[in-house]
Amino acid sequence: MSPVHYVALSVILFVIGGVGVLVRRNAIVIFMCIELMLNACNLAFVAFASMHGNLDGQVIAFFVMVVAAAEVVVGLAILMAIYRARRSASVDDANLLKY
Amino acid sequence: MTHVLAAGTNTDVIARETLFWILAVASVGSALAMILVRRAVHCAMMLAVVMLSLATMYAMLGAPFLAFVQIIVYTGAVLMLFLFVIMLIGISSADSIVETIKGQRLAAGFAAIGLLVLLILGIGHAAIGPAAPSTAANGANNLSGIAALIFTTYVFPFEVTGALLITAALGAMVLAHRERTAPKPTQRDLAARRLASGQLAPEPSPGVYALHDAADRPALLPDGTPSERSVSPVLAPREVIEAPPAVRPKEGTPAITAESSEREPDPLTPSGQAASGQIGRADS
Repeated sequence: MSPVHYVALSVILFVIGGVGVLVRRNAIVIFMCIELMLNACNLAFVAFASMHGNLDGQVIAFFVMVVAAAEVVVGLAILMAIYRARRSASVDDANLLKY
Repeated sequence: MTHVLAAGTNTDVIARETLFWILAVASVGSALAMILVRRAVHCAMMLAVVMLSLATMYAMLGAPFLAFVQIIVYTGAVLMLFLFVIMLIGISSADSIVETIKGQRLAAGFAAIGLLVLLILGIGHAAIGPAAPSTAANGANNLSGIAALIFTTYVFPFEVTGALLITAALGAMVLAHRERTAPKPTQRDLAARRLASGQLAPEPSPGVYALHDAADRPALLPDGTPSERSVSPVLAPREVIEAPPAVRPKEGTPAITAESSEREPDPLTPSGQAASGQIGRADS
């Protein structure tokens, strides 16, 4: 398979994740959609690494995975703190800073 | 698997194409289902399907190390963390369907179509050539090649990543820690609170009948009516609570119907007050 197929698939997955972030209101599901977008970026990185025949893209994808893991840890901790204060995981209920 | 897939014979090419299309359809379908299903647990399962498909694709693209890291870190650790948080906070709450912002979904759809067109045009203009032969990758194999790159060219980002991980762990500890503002209640305090609450006995246990022994069967009160306090409040919105079996009154005794016993005080509550809001209050 040509790498262009993989890149096209990563584009589709990225857009689906973006729609999920825009549409869903459960904060956990929004985090999952962000993970989907990061995975799509990783697929593009690996496809480009395969196209160029070197390993730099794979190393970048590895770093993306590590940063995504850190982001999930902090994000879910924030989510739990919000849930403790407001008893809800919906992003509509965390509106204290709303004008 | 990667050695087989990297070989260049004709049947292998056909097998790789077939596998790619199967995985592509599975991942796109799962991603669509992920943003369409309402429950967060189902979303997590769909995300697991996407991640496993992508891990297989990494193996097909000559990245076996990333494939295993994807399975171990993403599907193993990150998704497990998601499921853990869902278990802690959100198992009973499905996402509501109601739009709070008018026209939000329509606008999101237009934005998605615009982004898709933009990105497709971008990769259409880019010159994406065929895959390079895998022997061009430096190093003896994939693993030693990545190790050589990480510990020479990318050693500074690697160390910064370590600092980021430590910071994230500390941040999670700080955010998840809760400072105790009141002194810890002693056993005497708990006993006094239980006396003041008016309910001395524990909640009735769920239905144990001659034929059934299940947590979703409400217990029957002495007059034959089911007691909602005997089942977990989590089960009520999921609509899995079974109807209790019909109680047949003995011959000769007047039949007790639910209508006649509706207004009677709950015999399990000594003061007869409405106790449905007190579930789990006695020891919290």
